[in-house]
This record gives sequence, structure tokens and C-alpha cells, in this order.
Amino acid sequence: MNTEKRLVYMDHAATTATRPEVAAAMVPYMTGHFGNPSSLYDLARVSREAVAAAREQVAAAIGAEPKQIYFTSGGTESDNWALKGVAFARKAKGNHIITSAVEHHAISHTCVWLEKQGFSVTYLPVDRYGMVDPAAVEAAITPETILVSVMMANNEIGTIMPVAEIGAVARKHGVLFHTDAVQAVGHIPIDVRAQNIDLLSLSGHKFRGPKGTGALYIGPGVRLDPLMHGGAQERGRRAGTENVPGIVGMGMALELATAEMEENTRRITALRDRLTAGLLSIPETYLNGHPERRLPNNVNVVFAYIEGESILLMLNRRGIAASTGSACSTTSLEPSHVLMACGLPHEVVHGSLRLTLGEQTTEADVDYVISAVMEIVQRLRDMSPLTPAELRSRPESG
Amino acid sequence: MYNETVMDHFEHPRNQGAIEDADGEGEVGNAQCGDIMKIYLKVEDDTIADVRFQTFGCGAAIASSSMATELIRGKTVEEAWDLTNKAVVEALAGLPPQKVHCSLLAEEAIHAAINDYRVKQGLEPWEETGGHREGHEH
Repeated sequence: MNTEKRLVYMDHAATTATRPEVAAAMVPYMTGHFGNPSSLYDLARVSREAVAAAREQVAAAIGAEPKQIYFTSGGTESDNWALKGVAFARKAKGNHIITSAVEHHAISHTCVWLEKQGFSVTYLPVDRYGMVDPAAVEAAITPETILVSVMMANNEIGTIMPVAEIGAVARKHGVLFHTDAVQAVGHIPIDVRAQNIDLLSLSGHKFRGPKGTGALYIGPGVRLDPLMHGGAQERGRRAGTENVPGIVGMGMALELATAEMEENTRRITALRDRLTAGLLSIPETYLNGHPERRLPNNVNVVFAYIEGESILLMLNRRGIAASTGSACSTTSLEPSHVLMACGLPHEVVHGSLRLTLGEQTTEADVDYVISAVMEIVQRLRDMSPLTPAELRSRPESG
Repeated sequence: MYNETVMDHFEHPRNQGAIEDADGEGEVGNAQCGDIMKIYLKVEDDTIADVRFQTFGCGAAIASSSMATELIRGKTVEEAWDLTNKAVVEALAGLPPQKVHCSLLAEEAIHAAINDYRVKQGLEPWEETGGHREGHEH
């Protein structure tokens, strides 16, 4: 195998590199145009106009009005705000929230906290592909239900949820619908109106914008309490001086991602399918997530008889950056709740590998990763006491 | 996350494999971390003449298996029994705190293999006193 040291970044679901033209566009708002948008003089007007332009860019990407976009510090803040804000604003109406078992921790840990505040939360199960059934959402709605929150696309297995159908169910029952679209925005088409979405979270660094930037879409007539109290920024709903350079960068990155989406989707989907086929040629290897309804850049597989952290360490030595759902890769020693919810047994979850592609991924990268993974899986299987004899590369010697 | 000694033992594991006609075998598992470790022993004149391991687990589990087998090779059975997970961690120049329990698996697998050997020899298995593990982080 080729052992030359190269960097093959296969973790775009974790974060992406900010586009150089985006980083360059941000710099003037840290230096010359440093004015606080809330101030009255001309210097501030430049900042104010830049924020307004970015708001239009973000709104256009999801079919919203600019006035419905509220800038935040990222996906986690947007998720916290949507859940806590709606829960406390509507608690006179009811105390019940519906979500899924495969949400990002920004949703699930917020729900656990809300339970401690007296709210009641239903965590809907998913099928083996990680999909929530809209009929199950409808069945879970009670007169007390105030909010449904189901993610648009899963960060681990890439499964795209039936959000339009779930939104329609929520609307029919007068319940608000929030979706964590952090993995979806800039990657798949979104239309908040057509998809019956009342609140939507997005994060700038997932589509080649800067880290520490995000937004919450708040649909017409949606009431929610602020998360951040203080000044009157963001029309009094989110206090704190605007991150002007970040907002400028996120707006530009999302406009570019949207313009290039069709071309990128075609190219990256072909690479994803090449990678998936290559990995599935390894015996006793299985695809996680939905075979068709999945993000264009997500590959998630499990290899029987081996453990994911070991795979990652060996990939890293070959310059390949990837991710796993194995408990052993985390400080908490908890295996992936997403793969567990899909019904995978404990020991199988340990052998999972997530590879997420990006615009800069090449066919040569994909082939390099396939050959590296093949070699690593064989090495670890030779080492494992669980591997059946027919999958070992050589007879054991004494 | 791991130091160079750990990475060296992870990437170039010593004594990896199985022994077909082993005098003693021990397999232990830790469901919490998903590690399973199997130790094979050849004993000659009450000395560990050969030792091999098979491990399903993370980098720390594989490195601990490799180091533990190195530490007991050539030792008497009694000396091998007295190997502690602390000695394995020290020989590896340290493990991240959440990974120290992986080294305990090596100690337990060696104990299981030694007792398998003793039973096969018609001897009483030794008891896990736990005494020498006091004060260890796991």
C-alpha cells in the first residue's frame, strides 16, 4: 500500500474548512469596518448593512424572509433557543414535547434538562435506517403537546427524515415543528414553507463558513422566549453584539454552497457510492443509515469483529481523518445512541466507521481510503479473538 | 491522545496471535468498553516459555495486551500472577485516565490463563485477592 504521508479529510460532518474567499471577505469587518451595528454613526451603518445583506443570503437559501432569520453563535445555541424558548413561552398551553431517539446532543440533552424543569418529553423510536415515522409522531401528540423537534438529516448515519410529512402532522394538530437542519443546510434543498417548518437551526461551519456562527429561522406567528437576555439586538429576541465578521462569512458561504449545490451533489454522491461499494466489498461489512434517503456525503459502515477507535488510530497514521460511534473513542465511554436506536447490538456499534466527504474530495482520495481501510480491517481482524478462521489472513502459529 | 510507547505497542504489537497447544488459556471481556482479551500460555519448568494474545478493543487495550505479554515472558508463573495493571500502565509510560481500565483487562486475562493452566495441572486455582489492586485508578 501507498504509505506516503498525505492528508485525506473524511470528517466533513464534524466541520469544514472555511472557504478562502469567505475568510478574506470577513477580514474587513474585523479591521476597517469594525463598527458596532447598534451605533448611530456612519461607521456603524456599514456593519449594519453587512448584517442585513447576510440575513438576505441566509433567508434565500431556505425559502424564508430575511426578517425570519435570527443570528446565533451556532447550531447548539439555535437548538437550545428553539426548545427552551418555545417550552417556556407555551407552558400555559401544555408541557409535552416530542422528539426522536437519534437527535444531536444539542437537542437530546436540552430535552433532558427540560424534563428536570417539569416538561414531559417523548423520544420516538426510529426504524433500522434511523427514520422517524410521521404516523408515530401523530400518535404521540396529546392535548398537552406544544412542540415537535425532529432533525432534518442525521449527523452520524446521514438519514434524511420525512420532515415535510412530520411538519404537516404537527400543523394539523396546532403544534409547532422545529427541525435541527445543521447537517442539511447548504447540502440538500430546503424550503421552510413547503416543508411545514416553524423553526429551523443551522450552523455556519458545516457548509464552509466560519465556526461560532449559526442562525435560527423563526416562522410567522411563532412566539418564543429569548435565551440570551440583554440588549435589543436581533429585534429584541437575541441579545449580544452581532458577530459581524462571522455573520458576513456565513452568509457568503451559504450563498456559494446553495449556488453550487446541484453540481456538488452530483459529484460527491458518485464518490460516496464508489466509497460505499469499495468498503462493502470487505466481508461482513454493513451499511448504516438509509440506502437511498441519505446525505450525499455520508458513508457509515460497521465491520464485524473489530473496534472503531483502533480503526481511527490506524487511519490517522495514514493521514486519514474519520469518526466512529465506538464508546472507546469518547471520554464518556458511551456508544453511539444513534446506532443503538437503529437496533444495532452493542458489540457491533463498536466497529462503526463514519466517513463524510467534501467538495475537495477526489476519486484518488476515495481509492486511497478504500485500500487503507481494507488493510486495517484485516490487520485488526487478525488480532481479534472474535474473528472466525475463514476471515483470518494467515493460519495462527504457536 | 496516546504517547509514543502506547502507539508503538498498538502499531507493532508484540506476541500477537494464538498458541495451538497452549498449556493455559484465559479470555476476559469488559462489556462497558467493548474490549475482549484472550491470553495463551506455554509453561516450562514453572516459567512462561511463550505467551500470545488476541484482543478485540481500542488502542489502549491492544497496547496493554502487548506490553503485559512482554512483561510476563520468561517470568515464573508466580511472578506473572503478580503483574498488576499499574505495572502495565507504568511500562506504557501512562494511559489517559478513562483508558486505565483497559489495562486491568490484561491483568485479568493473565490470571484466567494461569488458573486454566493450574487446573489442567491438577492444581487448585489461585484466588483473586484483589489486594494488590488497591489504590489503582479504575
